[in-house]
This record gives sequence, structure tokens and C-alpha cells, in this order.
Amino acid sequence: MTTETIPAPRSAYTPPKKRRVNWEKWGWLYMRISGLFLVVLIFGHLFVNLVAGNGVRAIDFAFVAGKLADPFWVVWDTLLLWLALIHGANGMRTITNDYAHNRTLRRLILLAILVSTVILLVLGTLVIYTFDPCPANAAAGTLPSFCPVK
Amino acid sequence: MPENSAGTLAPPPAAKLNIKPPRIAGTLYRGREGMWSWVLHRITGIAIYFFLLVHILDTSIVRISPQAYNGVIEQYKTPIMGLGELALVIAIGYHALNGLRIILIDFWSVGARHQRLMFVIVILLWIVLIAGFAPTQIHNIILEAQGHASAS
Repeated sequence: MTTETIPAPRSAYTPPKKRRVNWEKWGWLYMRISGLFLVVLIFGHLFVNLVAGNGVRAIDFAFVAGKLADPFWVVWDTLLLWLALIHGANGMRTITNDYAHNRTLRRLILLAILVSTVILLVLGTLVIYTFDPCPANAAAGTLPSFCPVK
Repeated sequence: MPENSAGTLAPPPAAKLNIKPPRIAGTLYRGREGMWSWVLHRITGIAIYFFLLVHILDTSIVRISPQAYNGVIEQYKTPIMGLGELALVIAIGYHALNGLRIILIDFWSVGARHQRLMFVIVILLWIVLIAGFAPTQIHNIILEAQGHASAS
């Protein structure tokens, strides 16, 4: 019987790297989960705004005020805003990474996407939660019927 | 390929999955339905994204004043924008249906095997959706235009 000798490894032992969060995986998962919610949220939004009643003809300030006076639509629109804009921004990020080969240009586009997304999320959320359905500066005949008569 | 030779070899995976030996074999995302569904998904996605940016801004005008918002939303009722909304719904319809197909490909155990059939179903449902929405929207565009014509 011969004794087998095992050659020394070519590289020294290195401790395993600290596991990082796999952001691409979570982004991938987010697109699918938010997508499922968005199918319901967007088709519901489109039906109420473009199909039911007089469709697009019915939309004016009073229509929006009537919706946003209802907590149901406040929650609906908040979910719509956040899920859709982040879904869209992440999609644009993917497309940017695919086609913008110039490093500086790519970083610039990604930054623009991030900044516009944050600004629009803050703006949209503020609009939904600071909205006044019966503002004092309203012109005659623009307010919803539930507002107190001046 | 000696496909009819005596069965000494196990059938190749392609035959097992009932895929004809194509020009570009064994890929989901290159050529034919797999690729074109992906191309259309990107194009509709980009279009919807840019509409969303504008739509958040125009809706934010409700916070300025009722008359400012009404002035902007009137633009959404013109015939050209009415057709734009139809195009938007068509784009969203495809993106939503194909998105569900992508989810089934990724999470359903036999999803990838049926991706071509699911693409056909997506296109058929898309046509049904367009056929359902287009008459309503065109009807509203015409009524809105007539309302403006009689008012002026």
C-alpha cells in the first residue's frame, strides 16, 4: 500500500466573504410581487376613471375631490403611486444598465431616475395627504356637492 | 441529426420538451415569441413610465386650485389625448398580461415549457381587452367633442 500525498492547495485559505444583501434578487422579486398588485390597482383605477359612468368626460376637480374624500381611494392611490413609480423606476434602471455602456452617462441617468423618483414620491404623497376637497380659493361651480355653501 | 436511428441514445432534452430543433435552440429569450414578447414588454414599459411621470405632476395640480386642475384635465378630453389614453390602455393591457405570463414562467413549475402557448393567450386576451375598451373610449371622445361643438 502506497501512501497518497495530497498536494498543498495553490492558494491559502481565505475566510469566506461576508454575505452581502443580494439587491438584484430583491429587485427581481419586487417587480413580480408589485406587478401582481398593480394589475388589480391599475385596472381598477382605469375602470373607475375611464370606463364607469361618463369615462374621461366625468373627470374634474369635484370628481377627484369626491374620490380623495374617501379613505378607500386614499389608500388605493397611495399604493398605486408607490408601487407603480418604484416598479417603473426599477424597470428603467434595468434598461439603463442594459444599454448605457458609458460609465459616466449610465451613472448620470441612474441618478436622474433616483432623484425624479424620490421627488415624485414625496410630491404625490403630500398631495394625497394634504388635499383639501373644499379649498377657499375655489372658483364658483368647481367644488364637489358635499362642500359647505359659501 | 439521425433521429430515426436505433434508440441507443436517450432522446435529447429538446425532444422531451416537445421543441422542434430550431435555429437557436434551447433559449427562451432569443428569437421568436420569447424575444418579441420581451421587446414589446420593454417598449410598453418605457411608454407607461413616462406617462406616469406626467400623470403624477398633472394630478398634483389638484393641490393648487380647482380651476387650475380643471384647466389641465380639459386637455385630457381632447380627441388627440383621448386617442392617447386609448394607446395608454393598450400598452398597459399588454404589459399587465405579459407580466402575468412572466410570473408564471418564473414561478410555475411548467411555466417555461408553456411560454409560447401563454404568449398566444396573452395576445388573445389583449385583443379582447382592446375590443372591450376602444368603443367606450371612442364614444366618450365623440360625445365630448360634440358637447364642445354645441356649446360654442
